[in-house]
Amino acid sequence: MTQLGNPGASGNSVYATSQEGLKASGVLKTAEADRPRQGGPAPERSPASGRSAAGVLGNGWARLLLGLLLPAAVLAAWQWSTSAGLFSSVQLPAPGAVVEAAVDLIQRGELAQHVAISTQRVLLGFAFGAALGLVFGALIGLSKVADVLLSPTIGALRAVPSLAWVPLLILWMKIGEDSKVTLILIGAFFPVFTTVSLALRHVDKNLVEAGRAFGLKGVKLLTTVQLPAVVPAVFSGLRLALAQAWLFLVAAELIASSMGLGFLLTDSQNNGRTDRLLLAIVLLAIIGKITDALLGVAEKWAVKRWA
Amino acid sequence: MTAVLSSSRHATPASAAPSAASGSGSALAVSFRGLNRTFGTGENAHTVLRDVNFDVRPGEVLAILGPSGCGKSTLLRATAGLDAPSGGSVDIDGTPVQGIDSRCAVAFQEPRLLPWHTLQANVAIGLPKSSSAKQGKSKVARLLELVGLDTFAKHRPREVSGGMAQRASLARALARNPGVLLLDEPFGALDALTRIKMQDLLLDIHAAEPTTVLLVTHDVDEALQLADRIILLGKEEGRENDGATIVRTVDVPGSRPRDRGSVELARMRRSLLESLGVDGH
Ligand SMILES: Nc1ncnc2c1ncn2[C@@H]1O[C@H](COP(=O)(O)OP(=O)(O)OP(=O)(O)O)[C@@H](O)[C@H]1O
Ligand SMILES: [Mg+2]
Repeated sequence: MTQLGNPGASGNSVYATSQEGLKASGVLKTAEADRPRQGGPAPERSPASGRSAAGVLGNGWARLLLGLLLPAAVLAAWQWSTSAGLFSSVQLPAPGAVVEAAVDLIQRGELAQHVAISTQRVLLGFAFGAALGLVFGALIGLSKVADVLLSPTIGALRAVPSLAWVPLLILWMKIGEDSKVTLILIGAFFPVFTTVSLALRHVDKNLVEAGRAFGLKGVKLLTTVQLPAVVPAVFSGLRLALAQAWLFLVAAELIASSMGLGFLLTDSQNNGRTDRLLLAIVLLAIIGKITDALLGVAEKWAVKRWA
Repeated sequence: MTAVLSSSRHATPASAAPSAASGSGSALAVSFRGLNRTFGTGENAHTVLRDVNFDVRPGEVLAILGPSGCGKSTLLRATAGLDAPSGGSVDIDGTPVQGIDSRCAVAFQEPRLLPWHTLQANVAIGLPKSSSAKQGKSKVARLLELVGLDTFAKHRPREVSGGMAQRASLARALARNPGVLLLDEPFGALDALTRIKMQDLLLDIHAAEPTTVLLVTHDVDEALQLADRIILLGKEEGRENDGATIVRTVDVPGSRPRDRGSVELARMRRSLLESLGVDGH
């Protein structure tokens, strides 16, 4: 009796919809049910498939290496085109020049500052935005009253293009950290808000009813049944929000800042330092990818734990 | 699994069951007074139950039989306060049910376990609010053992079979130690052997800690084995377009456990099957 895989018993999907079926006689049902079912979640990989293509693709290191193939090719093409003299060094400096620019900025102690301040802004804005998105998403997903009262307003606010906030935020909060973190907060808020409120509306009604039947209500019901049920959705919202946070960071720093990767972009543009400009872009790509990967690890763990 | 359960019939009545079910619950009377339930309004109105009048005695085991879709689950839901009747009322211990009633515990037709919790944690959700952590823990362990799932306490619902999940759901309802126990086809997904063991277990627990049991079932034999009385839900002759109501009430003679081969039970079985529209040969 140690077999795996019983989609029905998980309380969602299959079983809930089959209430009407399968009812002919008690005996018929009997034969069906105490037997473990087939077709459960994620079929385990058999050892035999370990050598096949699917097996190689399942290996973390192999995946990482394969994923680096394309960037390596781009790098090679870049190197080749610059050494062949296809572009001027202002249009496209050689990879080596970008590395030199990085070393130069590191030695002056500026690069770490740019990276640190940008990362800090993103993380702060993301944290606040995601928290607010979670709270409002839960409120609107669970309460019809809140939905009716707040949804139109939030929908309208979402329709405002992000850059439209910038002048207002600067006017209100000056060109300090607050205005930038707030803009990022706005960017991170909506993906979380939308996914959470939608997912909460689609939580298996049977499970919620079972929870209520055993005396759970309010916050306890939320934390015991509803939130765990939407954990996968929350994480996909969080990942979207993190991407948005980086997007809004650059928007904020391009316009008004004296530090950060976005500032490095505009500043380099003004000084004709294409090498630094490219460096900033590469750094944004790398740091953005790293933060997303970290969140991806957390997501994997959470989905395994809660789904 | 079988090892644990095989002892339940003879060894548990006095020893195991009481400790699992001990608590505050005492058996409560349930009365259906002119109960009506109509879904939808206007053109789409669809009456499922009408004019259900019945008094369930405290401590009685009442089996509810009836064809699929006749409103058995609806009747239980009204009793638990999960659904409000369109007319009439359900009274428990003299007071009408309004909203979810903490005097009831339900084992739903589907297991409805939280997929992210272990069976153990799922059963613990049934514990009454008053129980301390330590009491609760040992009660959950005891109940899991009673339903033959002690070795699966740490498994998640999707890692066990449908019948095992259903037993966990039964344990969750028992954990509540309710005044009224509502069981919606609790043994529907069990194989014949486990089903008999679970029926015996229910009787043991009931003997040790009498509570009022409303048991919905499709299985006439099960009703005859377990119940003091049986009500049959169905449409009255000549009123096929109206909702279902109680068309027959049967007192089951003899004390439990009843002889499964008894002639009298065989006769009642035939007659009940006839009422259900099955040829009872
Ligand atoms: N929320 C609802 N809205 C509309 N109709 C409903 C609702 N709940 C139940 N019904 C209807 O009530 C009728 C009885 O349903 P119920 O689940 O009580 O049947 P049942 O006797 O338990 O059947 P089964 O033996 O198949 O479980 C069905 O026709 C169903 O369509
Ligand atoms: Mg039903």
